[in-house]
Amino acid sequence: MKLPVQLLIGAVLSVFFVAAALLSFIWVPHDVATLTISDKLQGPSPTYWLGTDHLGRDTLSMLMVGARTSIAVAIVAVGIGMAVGVPLGLMAAANRGSLIDEIIMRGNDLIFAFPSLVIAILITAVFGPSAVNAILAIGIFNIPVFARVTRGGALSIWTLDYILAARVAGKGRVRISVEHILPNILNLLIVQGTIQFSLGILAEAALSYVGLGAQPPTPSWGRMLAEAQTMIFTDARLAILPGLAIVAMVLGLNLMGDGLRDLTDPRVRRARA
Amino acid sequence: MTKLFTTAAAVALMAGTALAQQDTITVGMQLEPPNLDPTGGAAAAIDEVVYANIFEGLTRFGPDGSIQPALASEWEVSEDGTVYTFTLRDGVSFHDGTAMDAEDVVFSLNRARAEDSTNAQKALFAGITEVEAVDPLTVRVTLSEPNGNFPFNMAWGDAVIVAEETIEQAATTPIGTGPFTFTEWVQGDHVTISRNENYWGEAPALATATFKFIADGNAAFAAMMAGDIDVFPVFPAPELVSQFEADPRFTVIEGSTEGETILAMNNAVAPLDDVKVREAISHAINRQEIIDGAMFGYGTPIGTHFAPHNPDYVDLTETSNYDPEAAKALLAEAGAEGLSLRLMLPPPTYARRGGEIIAAQLREVGIETEITNLEWAQWLEQVFTGKDFDLTIVSHTEPADINIYARPDYYFQYDNADFQALIADLAVESDPEARAAMNKEAQETIANDFVNAYLFQLAKVGVANANIEGLWENAPTQANDLTDVRWTE
Repeated sequence: MKLPVQLLIGAVLSVFFVAAALLSFIWVPHDVATLTISDKLQGPSPTYWLGTDHLGRDTLSMLMVGARTSIAVAIVAVGIGMAVGVPLGLMAAANRGSLIDEIIMRGNDLIFAFPSLVIAILITAVFGPSAVNAILAIGIFNIPVFARVTRGGALSIWTLDYILAARVAGKGRVRISVEHILPNILNLLIVQGTIQFSLGILAEAALSYVGLGAQPPTPSWGRMLAEAQTMIFTDARLAILPGLAIVAMVLGLNLMGDGLRDLTDPRVRRARA
Repeated sequence: MTKLFTTAAAVALMAGTALAQQDTITVGMQLEPPNLDPTGGAAAAIDEVVYANIFEGLTRFGPDGSIQPALASEWEVSEDGTVYTFTLRDGVSFHDGTAMDAEDVVFSLNRARAEDSTNAQKALFAGITEVEAVDPLTVRVTLSEPNGNFPFNMAWGDAVIVAEETIEQAATTPIGTGPFTFTEWVQGDHVTISRNENYWGEAPALATATFKFIADGNAAFAAMMAGDIDVFPVFPAPELVSQFEADPRFTVIEGSTEGETILAMNNAVAPLDDVKVREAISHAINRQEIIDGAMFGYGTPIGTHFAPHNPDYVDLTETSNYDPEAAKALLAEAGAEGLSLRLMLPPPTYARRGGEIIAAQLREVGIETEITNLEWAQWLEQVFTGKDFDLTIVSHTEPADINIYARPDYYFQYDNADFQALIADLAVESDPEARAAMNKEAQETIANDFVNAYLFQLAKVGVANANIEGLWENAPTQANDLTDVRWTE
């Protein structure tokens, strides 16, 4: 079977950033916590491969550690969304039409009804700006997404004959949900997870940009952009590099998500075969 | 043919120059004033529009910070220093045509010191027991105790003379005695003022002046470059100033302000109640690095809470020189190794960027900091009022404000009875030499107690069209006095 092209491109981009983030745990060109004011605003050089920022920090190191921040926030946020949203969706589907279903789905609608960034700003304004609160805020808004996707996918599977067979065999709703429904909607969840992951990275960048995400001195792509804003006339590189990083990472994840969907969606697969 | 064109071009150029001999100016400001009544609000932006332009007081600040006569042409102090007799200028009228006389002064001062007064600086009037109009051009002010600083107090924007009939509307249509009259205020955009043809002094060269409010540094840069703004007295983004320096169309005006920028420490909570810890923090800080990194080189290092341009200033930067080894030794001596402190940062660049630099410098000596960025309202609530902080960075822009160290309930909570006694004595001393000595002693006391880490005097970095002259270089008070501003060609 041939892999879709966008999956390859997306995977390469995503792996590149994840690798850079992992590498930053053991090695960065320069320590991002040390400021070398005398070296500020330098262009790319053998010492500083991508130059330095206004406080003399190495831009490449900042980008690498910033990738770590972004990915960590996005992973945990998607994790929260999945851990809470998927069981809720399974429960709603298993009790279709019941009061539980109504309560779960209307609760979902309630969260959906608010623009997510506005609520994220509210949460960080009330509990104080920090990376943890940003993760929570982004995570909470992943819950209804996963709950809805899970319920939709689960409902169509509940109508299938083998589920009927399982029920006849005496399996309970919980067991059917876990043993038969979940494995069959896993592809949906992985695709959605990839998309939410990229949205999480965007949300983290947006929150950090307005100062509500990771707090200094923790490097973050969004804050690098914000700090470069007034220096765009003097040194555009400082804004372009983190901007490019965000675009490339989000693009990579989206391409990968699309590719995974094509790969796992039986209709597309059949069309290609 | 070519020659004709050249001539035409030259004529056009001359016409252009002739047009440029203008008598209007657009002044850029970062913040818009919330209202235009300097006697009813604390915002610096109010004074930056109206001080010395629309409103005047009995005395005023000169460009060098000296106290000069304004509506009072002269004043006398009684032997015991408690009675000030001000002689008012003759023929001064408010912009609505009514005369300014002793009754207006009595009204203005009594209004400012009244119980229900909303004046932001009521302490300026605290010592007044009585204000009387002796005759239409003489006012006698009686103080409860001698106050050598009284003419200085009267120069503040909060002490301007207003008329009883028009004060109600001063927030939106201010009527004063100054060289400019209020024309219009388009909220969110600009305030326009025009020449007062009936001004008592020499009428200003400018016919109209517009204060335009641009908060964003990039927008301010673009507006200056495009010529939409003629002068930006306090340019919001120091990192962009080098671009103006390289451009012959502009002059960069670097002056000093009354803004002592400090790393304030909460003297009342452990471990900062230990003078050794505070001393260690002071030695851990490299001022020049902060000035270079956060302010792009604009600023003067200070070692105490006093403006370097003041004649009484003592350079105490060596008391708290950069010495990380000494800092480590002091921390070990105090038994305060492995400290973790909260650093609260208000929005200005000096705080946000300076905070990151200070965090890195403190880490070098083994002090970890947890940075929290706060908006002004949160900062005022949590740090200034709630005193819930360890460290914060802020610029104290009020002139001659070393007396805040005599207030044990002030947010950094420095409580030293000797210092309080010294400031109480200073307040009633009128002999200039004795005052100077006391000012010096006060500066040394707070420097030796390492109350706060004194960083640098905030610079006033302004950008102006090269053809404008008469702008204030320094900022002894928050003001954009346009009286002497003119275009040179």
